[in-house]
Amino acid sequence: MKLAYYPGCSLSTTGIEYNMSTLAVARTLGLDLWEIPEWNCCGASSAHLTNHLLALALPARNLAIAEEAGLDVAVPCAACFARFKATEAAVKDSAETRATIEEVIGRKYEAKYTVKSLLDVFVNTVGLSQIKTLVNRPLEGLKVAPYYGCLLVRPHKITQFDDPEDPVTIDQIMSAIGAEPVYWGYKTECCGAAHPTVVPEVGLKMLKSIYQGARDAGADCIVTACPLCLTNLDMRQKEVGEQNNTQYNLPVFYFTELVGLALGHDPHTLGIDKHFVDALAFLKNKGFLNPVQNRRDSE
Amino acid sequence: MKRVGVFICHCGTNIAHTVDCEKVAKTAAEFPHVVFSTDYKYMCSEPGQMVIKNAIKEHKLDRIVVASCSPRMHEPTFRKCMESAGLNPYLMEMANIREHCSWVHPDKEKGTEKAIDLVKMAVAKVVKNTPLTRSSIPIHKRALVIGGGIAGIQAALDIADAGYVVDIVEKEPSIGGRMAQVDKTFPTLDCSACILTPKMVDAAQHPNINLVTYSEIEKVEGYVGNFEVTIRHKARSVDVSKCTGCGTCWEKCPTKVASEFELGLGTRKAIYTPFPQAVPNKPVIDRDNCRYFKTGKCMVCQKLCPTGAVDYTQEDQLETIRYGAIVVATGFDLFDHSVYGEYGYGKYPDVITGLQFERLINASGPTAGKIKRPSDHKEPKTIVFIKCVGSRDEAKGKPYCSKTCCMYTAKHATLVKEKIKDSQAIVFYMDVRTPGKNYEEFYQRAVDEYGVQYVRGRVSKIYQKGDKLIVKGEDTLLGKQVEVEADMVVLATAMVARSDAGDLARKVGFSYDQHDFFTEAHPKLRPVETHTAGVYLAGACQGPKDIPDSVSQASAAAAKVCGLLSKNEMATEPIISAVNESICSGCGLCISICPYKAIDLKTITERVHGKMLERQVAAVNSGLCQGCGACTVACRSSALNLRGFTNEQILAEVDALCL
Repeated sequence: MKLAYYPGCSLSTTGIEYNMSTLAVARTLGLDLWEIPEWNCCGASSAHLTNHLLALALPARNLAIAEEAGLDVAVPCAACFARFKATEAAVKDSAETRATIEEVIGRKYEAKYTVKSLLDVFVNTVGLSQIKTLVNRPLEGLKVAPYYGCLLVRPHKITQFDDPEDPVTIDQIMSAIGAEPVYWGYKTECCGAAHPTVVPEVGLKMLKSIYQGARDAGADCIVTACPLCLTNLDMRQKEVGEQNNTQYNLPVFYFTELVGLALGHDPHTLGIDKHFVDALAFLKNKGFLNPVQNRRDSE
Repeated sequence: MKRVGVFICHCGTNIAHTVDCEKVAKTAAEFPHVVFSTDYKYMCSEPGQMVIKNAIKEHKLDRIVVASCSPRMHEPTFRKCMESAGLNPYLMEMANIREHCSWVHPDKEKGTEKAIDLVKMAVAKVVKNTPLTRSSIPIHKRALVIGGGIAGIQAALDIADAGYVVDIVEKEPSIGGRMAQVDKTFPTLDCSACILTPKMVDAAQHPNINLVTYSEIEKVEGYVGNFEVTIRHKARSVDVSKCTGCGTCWEKCPTKVASEFELGLGTRKAIYTPFPQAVPNKPVIDRDNCRYFKTGKCMVCQKLCPTGAVDYTQEDQLETIRYGAIVVATGFDLFDHSVYGEYGYGKYPDVITGLQFERLINASGPTAGKIKRPSDHKEPKTIVFIKCVGSRDEAKGKPYCSKTCCMYTAKHATLVKEKIKDSQAIVFYMDVRTPGKNYEEFYQRAVDEYGVQYVRGRVSKIYQKGDKLIVKGEDTLLGKQVEVEADMVVLATAMVARSDAGDLARKVGFSYDQHDFFTEAHPKLRPVETHTAGVYLAGACQGPKDIPDSVSQASAAAAKVCGLLSKNEMATEPIISAVNESICSGCGLCISICPYKAIDLKTITERVHGKMLERQVAAVNSGLCQGCGACTVACRSSALNLRGFTNEQILAEVDALCL
């Protein structure tokens, strides 16, 4: 299974472990991820706030390269995914928009192929049963709070996968690798995005309710598919805990890290040692770091 | 030689403001066949009609054109005027120079020009008019009421009291409908059962009313005064003539099933009456769940029945009965709130609908009137009510307002405060709409005397946290986000049409709207009639309605039925389709296109080259045809023609305008 792969800027910087774990897991799952050559920034919120055409043209250039290669595109980052999907929809929606974009990027882009969230690829392209058969270190007893954030599955008209109010794909993947997803009400709450930095009195409060929600639901850790969510939840946890005279002790993982662990990868290959809240010690405590034999890679 | 008179009406200034009526009259005098033309301030008035009558006499007019308002307004007036002047009323045409001209155009010069054109067309048409006569059809003096809720019961009682036989066909085992499920009624808080059950008994005991329960409408044929209705009596598995309603069978039946009447909050047996006050108090066997019907063993009910009424061999039976009039009163369903992910997709046990709440507070309900949460049967202390769930929501629900929710939510919140003293009732609302006698006062009392808290804003999310429901929303008046820890949430879900409403409307042959509510003939002036003669509407099947509105509409429908049944025969409009048999090919296209099921094929015998040949042609039933003209357009050989609007008349109008 070959897919074009767009890591985006987060996965080469703050979310580098998302990239490491994705590539490692993809090999095991038999996914051939072809990184889009000379990819550019998706524009994220900056382009979106500056100029509508710019916000469409930036993703379009990447998509055009993938289209030339005749491939669907897998996107791990929630923000990149949102921008790519919006571009795909705009181009499908209006021939006029398409012509303008093509002129700006100097390439043809007809939205012939589909942009997919990496979660979507895991559940619907690879398939849960395939993941299940490849597991050799089931994460039994690990209670995880699946956290999707506000952007990943919304607006549904554009993202077109999973449920906008009660998404379940991370839950399903966690069940497939033997972990236990807890039921909680904060799956799609906002992590605060830039607010923890810019307006901490607002942003940190939002994070606090998520930590508290995960803890009340009995979760050991939080699993996400968004680099910004992870950065906020991981980096600010100590600060929010101190403000509230508590320690949440909730390591935050990318879903690919836990899948990688369950498939038998070394935690360092997956980048699990790069978190603020000590994830390695946590996993060691849980007994998930004992070396496994015979990792079964998909051919 | 035809002699046409033209009469231009000013309608005060309604027409004269934009149309130079005098000029129209003068111009019209020059049209072919016109021998007299005049204008007058109010043509429909007594002196106006005298102008017409005198002109007919004086100028020996044999047909006239009145240029005034819409024929919907005054066609009957001017037809009567023609009749009293001794002319056939169908030799009159109206040119609508008000709604179609003066009211919609600002420019007097162009308005006058258009009015002249409209009159020219009407003159061209009236010249081709032929005298038409009304015919009459007999009326069968028996009425059918479909649906045995409060609307159906009221309509039946009124019709029966007037002396006519009426059958109530109800698909459930008992009459009573939604009102039987309701606990108390606003704005007086009198108990629903206390005012409904006596009416149910009245209906059962009335010598002119037949209760036909556990039965459905299979087929409707015929037309006003003469409907042939086939009713399916579903197999009850109980011989009602032997059953005394003693209750031994349902006490001893070993199979428990979730009760439809209790909306899943309670159980019933496989042999059951839906509720204790059921009328008739005779059970039915739910064959899908009965142990005997599933496994061939059990038969407990049959063994224990003291009168030997249980009969497993019963089968559905069809019966055809003739009726003069039909009242449709099939009620409503509730919107399925499981489309709302933000309210938990219907998965949280303690998020319930308003109607479920009615069962929870009802003394004969599953909790004997104690408010208990469905999940753990604990008494809830904080109850959140959310209004407009599915109503006024074009994205996920219905665009319309369900009309009753504001009041029943105020009632629910009041009852919570009355029954649980230390409770908190919080209502999230968009608007509070209380148009009804004593309604606003009732709502104010809920707020002022009972301390119900109203929060203006929508709820964005409900989620479960431990045994609490966290309700997140917005208080738009304070501009703040609010979060409530609730024990139970009650959703005021929208009233929607019955899921099979469209099927019934097609079976009986009347129209329904985009939401499957039945369409009245006129939203203001004919609110209980349908476009199909002899079929009337009552209650929430026509649109969301509370009990007082349903009852008023039911009595209004009954009055219409009595008016119809009081005559031995009725005159029919002569403006109906006619078949030219000599050119009809019998293709049958008109049959499928006719919305009133008024066309059938019949066999005729013709002499062709000395031989007698049989062939089929279309035949129009004059009782059913409403003169819509759809068949005349569909007919490939122009064999169908609408009397009063023949192809020749329409073409004459077009020629007058275009040539």
